[in-house]
Amino acid sequence: MLDVRGINVGYDQVQVLYDLSLTARPGEILCLLGRNGAGKTTTMKAIMGLLPLRSGSVLLDGEDISALPAYEVPRRRIAYVPQGRRLFSELTVAENIEIGLMVRDAGKATRDRVLDIFPRLRERLDQRAETLSGGEQQMLATARALCIEPQVLLLDEPTEGLQPSMIEQIRQVIVQMKSENVAIILVEQRVDAVLSIADQVAFIENGRNLETLEAEALRQDPSKLTRYLGV
Amino acid sequence: MDLGPYLLLASLEGAVAAAVLALTAVGLSLVFGVMRVVNVAHGEFFMLGAVLAWWFASLVAGHPAFGFVLALICAPLIAAVIAAAADYFVLKRLNYDPEATIVATIGLLYIIQQTVLMTYGPDARPVEAPFNARIYLPWFGYSTYKFFVIGAAIVLLIGVWIMLTKTRIGLVLRASQLDSEMALAFGIKVDQVYAMVFGLGAGLAAMAAVLVVPIQQAHYLMGGDPLLLSFIVVIIGGLGSIAGTVVAAILIGMSDGIISVFFSPTLAKIIATLLVAFVLIFRPTGLFGKRSI
Repeated sequence: MLDVRGINVGYDQVQVLYDLSLTARPGEILCLLGRNGAGKTTTMKAIMGLLPLRSGSVLLDGEDISALPAYEVPRRRIAYVPQGRRLFSELTVAENIEIGLMVRDAGKATRDRVLDIFPRLRERLDQRAETLSGGEQQMLATARALCIEPQVLLLDEPTEGLQPSMIEQIRQVIVQMKSENVAIILVEQRVDAVLSIADQVAFIENGRNLETLEAEALRQDPSKLTRYLGV
Repeated sequence: MDLGPYLLLASLEGAVAAAVLALTAVGLSLVFGVMRVVNVAHGEFFMLGAVLAWWFASLVAGHPAFGFVLALICAPLIAAVIAAAADYFVLKRLNYDPEATIVATIGLLYIIQQTVLMTYGPDARPVEAPFNARIYLPWFGYSTYKFFVIGAAIVLLIGVWIMLTKTRIGLVLRASQLDSEMALAFGIKVDQVYAMVFGLGAGLAAMAAVLVVPIQQAHYLMGGDPLLLSFIVVIIGGLGSIAGTVVAAILIGMSDGIISVFFSPTLAKIIATLLVAFVLIFRPTGLFGKRSI
């Protein structure tokens, strides 16, 4: 279980997150909803230890991972699929996957399992990441994260700019990870997609978590969507 | 002597210069490519290699080859350790801010230079070559040691290339270069990578200097030319491109050698600097560069 407790985070002079708290449970999908600039990406970076916390903490099964150096966070099996994919563009598909495998010294079995999920990547192993199509790049970004064999998976707008068939494929992978008891935090703009997949929904605004709701309640009474998001 | 043999001699001198320059410039290029740090102290690590080579050579009695081999191993190592320490204690504390690191490496330049002046002194001192047989061509004799310098530089450059493209360390290094934040998010200790790269860059410069010191003598101000030429080469080759750096080093080194023999070393520097100006005007990314500066 990942527990974000009252974190305050900022860049230099600008504070972005104010006392933000979240809880991601194994086998559940927590969706972060909010407008652009609300602090969703910052939340993910803070969990990964890429931004220093001014106060608060991030606990993984009781261990304070925010006290660790950033490179230790993925070794705790927390994987990050960032917005815009952020692949190692000049490296090949195989090398990008290798970077993922190196995090926890995973071997061929993990590699095969990940490539079985994305067979398209297997055909493109020697191709440079920057030459892949948008959908393939998203597959690779996800595959690279799955190489960590995550217990917590952070996905930042994984379906942004993809065609419907690709979106469906990514969705299936997310559902599969959920069934494998992974705790998933998902940033997603499309409200219908969120409602169909989420277990919990957190409304982020101006760097604060306004409210975390059970998705079931939201499905039955979508009025809160209108109130928080204006949709 | 006719023009032909004269040109051959000039080309050989050029090839030696190119070999040494390629090693030095690849060190600078690696540091800039991976860390985005403009290392103004790079020439001083070159000088440090030469001075340490003299020191090691003077430690060992007997055949000069013993001292030379000792220097070839130890001098680059010491330079690398000093550089890695400078990275850890200075550059890292500056968060690799581009302007601040330039000022910091200027400071480093003077610290190294003045420390050497205070300890080693202002004299230029020779190091005896490990072997000095001459090959007699029909027109002139030529030192086999100079051929060795060319060969050693080629072997070392191939070694760096293999390290970068075929090994795990190289993969980690390239990943850090492409996106250091993502590298961190995938468990790469970017701090350690940076210290290693800064050390490797300095080590390559020191290695080049150990190779050149039997030809050139060690002196505390000898770092200036290699620094200038390395910058010229890195800019012409394209910032951060290792292949471009090597090609540009051959181009500049050869022309430097040939023009120095036929005309004067000063003219060679003038032309090289002019070339940089033209590259910056007409192709600001350099010959092999991809990103804009």
